[in-house]
Amino acid sequence: MKSLADLHALRDKLKSDLKLRKESGTKIIIGMGTCGIAAGAREVMAAVLDELARRHLTDVQVQQTGCIGMCDKEVLLDVLRPGEARITYGNVKPEDVSKIIANHVVNGNIVEEMVVGKIENK
Amino acid sequence: MGELALNILDLAQNAVAAQATLIRIEVAENEEGFLVFRIADNGRGMEQSFLEKVRDPFVTTRTTRKVGMGIPLVDMAAQQCGGRLDITSRPGKGTEVTASFRRDNIDCPPLGDVAGSIAVLLAGAPATDVLFSYKGSRGDFVFDSRSIREELGEACDFSHPELAAWVRTYLQQEIERVKEEGRAI
Repeated sequence: MKSLADLHALRDKLKSDLKLRKESGTKIIIGMGTCGIAAGAREVMAAVLDELARRHLTDVQVQQTGCIGMCDKEVLLDVLRPGEARITYGNVKPEDVSKIIANHVVNGNIVEEMVVGKIENK
Repeated sequence: MGELALNILDLAQNAVAAQATLIRIEVAENEEGFLVFRIADNGRGMEQSFLEKVRDPFVTTRTTRKVGMGIPLVDMAAQQCGGRLDITSRPGKGTEVTASFRRDNIDCPPLGDVAGSIAVLLAGAPATDVLFSYKGSRGDFVFDSRSIREELGEACDFSHPELAAWVRTYLQQEIERVKEEGRAI
């Protein structure tokens, strides 16, 4: 059973992660427009949050964006590691999330076969 | 969309885009056999001229393409199962969208994972507050993100994986407690 009393225990953990989350540059950005949601963005974001919790990667930030015009390739998920190119993955399913996080977010190896866009870091 | 919880998430994203600081989301199983949801925000609102044409898929505020399907999808889903969609809005005050669905109609989509929608909404827009209520046949349940924010103080971050997981599980548990017994949502 979850209750509001759990929050008290969670507070110290959240507080200690606060600084870490501000300083870490790694971001995962998910397309949450109508097109993204219809294609499964909610499940993809939930899978990302679950995987980050499971691996204790609490310094990685999860953000959302609206429609960027590549609706046929939704769900779109971007990984942005500090100082590196912004990589956009397309047609992302919840089951692809652990691979993207293990290979790219943690180890810096882009999952080439799923890439639909790349913006070089200037 | 397949489940009404996804329409709710999509409409709530419109509120986020309209710079709302508080989104009220109500879901009710009403006594006349309808499932009703209402999403009311304090965002920038719409002019009357825009409101009149907002059900048209070729009307959108989006700049990346010229089609906006969010409102038309809900409008169609509601009409197909003997319900309706009402939208009121005032510039500078906010927008209120109410949709009803006749639950015994074969075309009525399942409500689906509302808890997941609210957790993901807060995770994606962690500065926005959500006041969520579920009026079920066995009781009412209210969740106010502002009281979580108050409890956690500056440590409150709805995009933190552990807080997002807590929100989702807590809401699932509470909705399960008050919703009509034996009906899959």
